Amino acid sequence: MIRARGVSVDLGGKPVLRDVDLAVADGEWLSIVGPNGAGKTTLLRWLAGLTPGAGELVIADRPAGELRRRERARLVALVPQTPVVPEGVTVADYVLLGRTPHIRPLGAEGPQDLAAVHDALALLDLVPMAGRVVSSLSGGERQRVLIARALAQGAPIVLLDEPTTALDVGHQQQVLELVDELRRSRGLSVVSTMHDLTLAGQYADRLVLLDAGRVVVDGPADEVLTEEILARHYGANVRVIHDGGHPVVLPRRENREVAEP
Amino acid sequence: MTALTTAGEPGPLRTARLRAGWLGVGIAALVVAAGAGLLIGPVTIAPDDVVRLLLGLDTDLTTNQLNIVREIRLPRVVLGLLVGATLSAAGAGYQGVFRNPLADPYLLGAAAGAGLGVTLVIVRAAEGSGTPAAAPVAAFAGAMLAVALTYALGAAGSGRTSTASLILAGVAVTSFLTAAQTYVQQRNLDTVRQVYVWILGRLSTAGWSEVRLLLPYAVVCFAVLLSQRRTLDVLAVGDDEASTLGLHPQRSRLLIVVAASLGTAAAVSVSGLIAFVGIIVPHTVRLLVGASHRVVVPLSMLFGGAFLVLADLLARTIASPAELPIGVVTAFFGAPFFVVVLRTSRRGVLS
Repeated sequence: MIRARGVSVDLGGKPVLRDVDLAVADGEWLSIVGPNGAGKTTLLRWLAGLTPGAGELVIADRPAGELRRRERARLVALVPQTPVVPEGVTVADYVLLGRTPHIRPLGAEGPQDLAAVHDALALLDLVPMAGRVVSSLSGGERQRVLIARALAQGAPIVLLDEPTTALDVGHQQQVLELVDELRRSRGLSVVSTMHDLTLAGQYADRLVLLDAGRVVVDGPADEVLTEEILARHYGANVRVIHDGGHPVVLPRRENREVAEP
Repeated sequence: MTALTTAGEPGPLRTARLRAGWLGVGIAALVVAAGAGLLIGPVTIAPDDVVRLLLGLDTDLTTNQLNIVREIRLPRVVLGLLVGATLSAAGAGYQGVFRNPLADPYLLGAAAGAGLGVTLVIVRAAEGSGTPAAAPVAAFAGAMLAVALTYALGAAGSGRTSTASLILAGVAVTSFLTAAQTYVQQRNLDTVRQVYVWILGRLSTAGWSEVRLLLPYAVVCFAVLLSQRRTLDVLAVGDDEASTLGLHPQRSRLLIVVAASLGTAAAVSVSGLIAFVGIIVPHTVRLLVGASHRVVVPLSMLFGGAFLVLADLLARTIASPAELPIGVVTAFFGAPFFVVVLRTSRRGVLS
């Protein structure tokens, strides 16, 4: 469970977030959506403790200010949008980095750490790739390795920053399906920022729409993804239809005169 | 779709760790280098006598031979091991902290800063041979100042240090500090020879007093870098991700830079400027065993020690009876190596 109240963040003297409230229950998937520059990533970074700002944050019933960094890392894992992938590091070693908050500062990884790494690799079908170098993997494989690292971290709250941006539609579905299965099987709370509104609506339980640093709508996909709201906040001309119980956002183009051949 | 039900058979998971095989190779290299350093020289001494001597048994050696082994060759070998291990471990530490395969005590200006510090001490002390006890402290102050300057200059403007800006800043800081050092040196002609000999790097006048001077600093440097080798691996994913993994990256970085600079400074103050060891050794180790600092740091110490003893052996035998400064030997091998690193580093080190 993670709950934020009154989040306000300024970057370079400019207000980026204003009075944002947000709560995610255990096992819930919340997706933060909004137009470019709305403050989605900043909000996620604030939740991860990477951006200073005003506001109250409660993580697993404890005020975030009381948590030591290692404790916090055991509760909240972040999957960054553009991870720094060090040269020459194998998948197994990279996923093992997720165990950092569990390993004593001067200690070495124990059997339970290796077991956690192995579980994460197995869950994401990465065992055959354990010895490969991360920087040599494809985008989809890399994203799975990243999620495996977050999983090995053993945190009940997972923050995903644009988890599908660099992927084709098939891999987008695979990754999101995976996250969904993991949150169901492990009761994870998931907070993601999402560009693709249709995917956000299909996978998240609830959407929060940010515009100019404020929450403008917070609710299930049906209430957030309406033609009127998307026109107002995205300046987008879309049609929203329903498919399989989920809203689908279709970009529209006004009919133009088509020249006769 | 991914199967979540099968957790997979718990087969052996290979993570980076110092394996017995490589540890054995490192120790063997150390023993071979030390043996060669003790045995090879103008005065022939039988290997079994050296072994007996080291074990504290009776030997057939003359007093003269005893003295050569005990007071000349042995301290020189020990000092070479310590200096090589320190410079290599410090290089591995700098490279990890700055996430840059070319960061080393020399390119960052640490050695030049240490050199200025030592030169100031030598011209002040004026008299006496040996290395003044204040040298490591002055060298440390100079080294920290230089690294801080390089880092600040390299980060100026962008807020982040790219490899290119870091190296350029290091070049500028090194040039400036070297100029200052040369100025001090030339203003004090009575000590110029002493300073000059020291700068070129020498283990030739090494005695037990140099070993005693370096040892405590080297031990602190080794202890910190070895204890932080896992941290170095975490720092490799950048500050943001390291933070979300529970680390305080700034704190860790400072600790490692201070330890590496302390080791570099102490090594420079007893042995002079011996360039490239801090790049050649860690880089070769990475090529052999992979990128994890958990393995690179300890193996760099072992191979670095062996490398420097062998380089010293070359320096004192190749033009015998004259001695080349050891810095000439390491530069001779190091400079071409540096070019190879530049060209083969896959990340594109100037990005």
